[in-house]
Parts: sequence; structure tokens; C-alpha cells
Amino acid sequence: MSEIVKRAAAGTLESSDVYVELEPSDAGIEIELDSVVAQQFGDDIRRVVGGVLAEQGVERAKLRVVDRGALDCVIRARVETAIVRAKGE
Amino acid sequence: MRRSMLFLPGNTPNIIVNGEILGADAVILDLEDAVAPTEKDSARILVRNAIGRMGFGKCEVIVRINSIDTPFWKKDLDEIIPVRPSLIMPPKTGCAEDVRAVDAYITELEAKLGMEKNSVRLIPLIETALGVENAFEIARASGRVAAIFLGGEDLTADLHCKRTKEGNEINYARCRMVCAARAAGVEVYDTPFTDVNDDEGIYVDAQYAKSLGFTGKSAISPRHVQAINEVFSPTQADVDYAYEVMEAIRIGKEQGKGAVALRGKMIDAPIVARAQQTIAMAEELGMGRSEAQ
Repeated sequence: MSEIVKRAAAGTLESSDVYVELEPSDAGIEIELDSVVAQQFGDDIRRVVGGVLAEQGVERAKLRVVDRGALDCVIRARVETAIVRAKGE
Repeated sequence: MRRSMLFLPGNTPNIIVNGEILGADAVILDLEDAVAPTEKDSARILVRNAIGRMGFGKCEVIVRINSIDTPFWKKDLDEIIPVRPSLIMPPKTGCAEDVRAVDAYITELEAKLGMEKNSVRLIPLIETALGVENAFEIARASGRVAAIFLGGEDLTADLHCKRTKEGNEINYARCRMVCAARAAGVEVYDTPFTDVNDDEGIYVDAQYAKSLGFTGKSAISPRHVQAINEVFSPTQADVDYAYEVMEAIRIGKEQGKGAVALRGKMIDAPIVARAQQTIAMAEELGMGRSEAQ
């Protein structure tokens, strides 16, 4: 299991990007999503975010995800970066 | 076929995701100058995901890593090699030893990842006076070197002169790089033309680079890609002549002639080699022989 030890962020609010904030949590995974395409793709975005957290062994974290129309590969990259930074590596 | 190579900043999703539709034969995903030191981690993870999960269609993928005098280059390679880019561009390559250092580390990674040895090729970026003087040794420093690449901006800073549109200040470097590359049997690519608003200047600059023997040219703006592709593509006349050369050679062989002439000029081995290169490129571009021929 990977421990989130500090608050960290990755990405930007530019078009086609996504801004991800990650912080420690005592509960499980909490994802707050703000996206221009939340209605159409909200579930998909949550699935991609959740998938990266699972792959990285993160079981407890609170995330704020502000999406600006990012492709899956961009969402994955920003979540990964936020995890690396939040683990203090 | 690499006529044009387009630099794309490595931490900018809205540019990277459109990389394959911008018309360039190759994209250079940049982890070096286009990325702030605090975002190096973010850029290399984004580039790895973009290559590994999105892809760039027919575009060849080159990744410019950070130079070996920084703490970033090994981390760049750790992240990028597993997704198998076509080429790695190490910047500020000054001597053969710089190439060998990158080569050795990629060899380690290939072994660790179970990849075929020497599957990742190198295109060292030469952008210092030392690098220009050592261009031949750099070009043959490793079997991985597929090409060398001239970086005119940093070079002029190193030469203590001003970079101009005319490019007289980099003329020696251009000529030396072409000669070094051809002597070493690798390809050679020209520096970008940096005035993105000068649509005529790019043609002049690209035509000059082609006339010196460069294989292709890089761009920092998609606006320059079409001009570069046009200049470095064979013309219909080039293609027709190439077919005529090959036809003349075929007939000459049939007739048992030792020497063959076309339009009053002897056809020797370099002309045949050039004709074969032209036909190969024409086929890739879907160009055939003129119907009138």
C-alpha cells in the first residue's frame, strides 16, 4: 500500500489538461470532480482516476479533480504525478 | 522518411494530444528546455503516458531528454525507455564520451526490461562549438546513433555571435555536420527556423539546408511543417529522372554495356544510389512516374 503523506498537486487549468489535488485522508478514496464534461464523462473520469490510485496502491486519499477536457492518458499522467509528489518521493 | 521534425513541449497536453495531426514526419517531445525544472517529473510522466497509451499514428516519436550534466537525464530514460520511442535525443552532446554514457545507461535499461539490445536509437543534438568540432566522433560513437542534429540557437550563444535569419554564423557548423554525418554513414538534421511568422523565410532556409545535404529540418511551429515537407520531398521531375536512370541501367545491363549514359551524362554508382533513394521516398509519398514518361 502507498501512503499519501502530504498534500500535493499536478496539472494545470489549461484546455485539454486536468488539475489534480491530492491529500491524506483517514477514510477511503474520496473524489471531488469538477469537469466541463462531467455529465457525459464523469463516470469515465472517476474510473480512470480510481484505476490509477489502485495501480499505485493508494487506498486512502482525498482528491479534487478539475478537468478541462483532458484525454485519459493526460488524466492518468496527472494523477500519477500527484501521487508521486504526495508520497514525498 | 524524416523530412520534418516538430518540437512539442513535453508538459503541454493541448499541444501533445494533437501531435500526430500537425503534418510532421516526426515529433520531438521535449523534456528539456520547454519544461521548467519543477515540472520535469510531471512532463516525463505525461510523455510516457502519451506515447504508451495514446500513440502518434504515423509520426515517428523522438524524445529530447535532459543533458547528462543535469540530475534529470537518467530519470527521463527510466520513464521513457519502457514505452519504446523510436529515438532519444540527448542535448548538448559535446564528445563521443557523452554519447557512450547515454548508450551505456540505455543498454542497462534494455537488459532490465527484456528489450532487444540496441532497439532504441540516438539522435545526438550538437549545439556547442566543441560538439561541432567533434561531430564525426559523435556520429560514430555508438551503433545506436541514427543521425546527428544541429541546434543553432545554443550554438550561436556558445560562438559569442548573434543568430540571424541569414544564418551565416552557423554556415561552418552546417557544412561540417553534413560532412561528418555522411562520413559516418548517418542522417543529419537542420536547426529550426525560429521566426514563426516568416512564411517565406522558412522556404529559403529549408532550401539552403537541403542544398547543403541535410536529410531534413526541424521546426518549433506547425506553421513551418508544410514548407519543410515540400522542400525535402522530391519534385515530379526528380522522380521522373530517377526512373529514367534506373531504366537506363536496366537496358545497359541487358545489352551488356559496362558504362551507361543518360542525356549525354555518364551514370555512375552515386547517381544510381540517389535515384534509388528518390524512388523509395516517392513511393512512400505515393508519387509515381509522370504519365507522359
